[in-house]
Amino acid sequence: MTTGAPPILEIRGLRKKFYDVEVLRGIDLFVLPQELVFVIGPSGSGKSTLLRCCNRLEEPSAGSVRVGGIDITGRSTDINAMRRQIGMVFQSFNLYPHMTALRNVTLALAKVLRRPRAEAERLGLAALDRVGLAGKARSYPGELSGGQQQRVAIARALALEPKVMLFDEPTSALDPELVGSVLNVMRELKRGGMTMLVVSHELRFARDAADRVIFMDHGVIVEEGPPQQIFSTPSQVRTRAFIAELGR
Amino acid sequence: MEAWSRFVDTFFNWTIIERYFPAIMKGVVVTIEIAGAVVVTGTLLGLVLAIVRTFRMLPVNALIVIFVDAFRALPPLVLVLLVYFGLPNIGINLPSFAVLWLVLSLVLTAFAEEIFWAGILSIPKGQWEAARSTGLGFLATLAYVVLPQAIRLTVPPLTNRTIAITKNTALGTVIGVGEILNQATTAQSFSGNATPLMMGAIAYVILFIPVVVLGRLLETRFAWRRV
Repeated sequence: MTTGAPPILEIRGLRKKFYDVEVLRGIDLFVLPQELVFVIGPSGSGKSTLLRCCNRLEEPSAGSVRVGGIDITGRSTDINAMRRQIGMVFQSFNLYPHMTALRNVTLALAKVLRRPRAEAERLGLAALDRVGLAGKARSYPGELSGGQQQRVAIARALALEPKVMLFDEPTSALDPELVGSVLNVMRELKRGGMTMLVVSHELRFARDAADRVIFMDHGVIVEEGPPQQIFSTPSQVRTRAFIAELGR
Repeated sequence: MEAWSRFVDTFFNWTIIERYFPAIMKGVVVTIEIAGAVVVTGTLLGLVLAIVRTFRMLPVNALIVIFVDAFRALPPLVLVLLVYFGLPNIGINLPSFAVLWLVLSLVLTAFAEEIFWAGILSIPKGQWEAARSTGLGFLATLAYVVLPQAIRLTVPPLTNRTIAITKNTALGTVIGVGEILNQATTAQSFSGNATPLMMGAIAYVILFIPVVVLGRLLETRFAWRRV
């Protein structure tokens, strides 16, 4: 973790209402360059909504989200230009089933960054190689295991060289034996200096890879700190109860 | 045996077959022309309307829904007669060929729009989100991610609907379009024999069976391993 550098992701006073239900009730969170921030909390606590507000898949109701110093909710901000700097990985992978793994990765390179075909393929193969799947470039998602699909999805985000990557429960839809391969890729990314905001229930992973753990409940950050502190000596009752519940 | 020969003479009279074969063939050509034109304009317009609908502009979508529902509810024969006998009263004189093409195109547009729209809606939201999260715009997402998947899904229902509607080219007979049925009924009244009608029926079968088979082929070819 670098100190002194300005945060890559700055969330201030973020609120999100769905009709009259307030799912996020004032979130302040900074993520520093190369930091891996891990978000835990009961379902319905607003973790996924928080993540989805960071690239405006959900429109924040109030507050601001800055990525690399640029307010993504700003009126003059080109959201498509911002989104390619914010990689996102989904629980259900969301690969395009009608395209090969390589084409899944190169689509945005070709259509958003307007890279020539040969260059897009070279970058796409490099991204697939980083997740250990260069050999599956010609496979369709339906021919890949869940873990492989999720790694292709990571490569798809990675290929655009984002400033920060958001992971929305990346291993929750996977069979237990496939979780490890995805977490290993995430560890590699962390080692390579990627800034990451991760919503997940993989507490073991959080313990050894996260720089900071955020515990959310009912739309607010209840507690945050280094993993050892949150998992071993949480100061809040709610945090303690949640961790005890997960540990059972 | 007399019944049998009377049956053959009524439906498969060789002399009549020879005499009216050229007329029926002319009808086949006209039917193919109209059907082809209807398929092209109907599916394209239907796709355009479905795409317009994705923009979710309420007044526009309301108009599309009204149009679609009306044209799906009305029997095509009613529309054919209404347009053919109605429009001249307001000074618009369309040839009967054009009336048939226009009406059937609009009917196919209505059904195709609904089929494409259902296809677009059936693509999971996650596909939109994944594409948008990589910086693809709305139209690019529609063009590269959503429509290719949606259109695959629409091939079977669209083929069935297209066959049903192109068969309605037979309605042209009531407004004097020289398609298969028109040629057949004309020949039938001249010859006083049902053989031309049987020839017409056989022509329809020969014409549409390949389309049905093609539809099935497309269905298998466009199917891909789903997750």
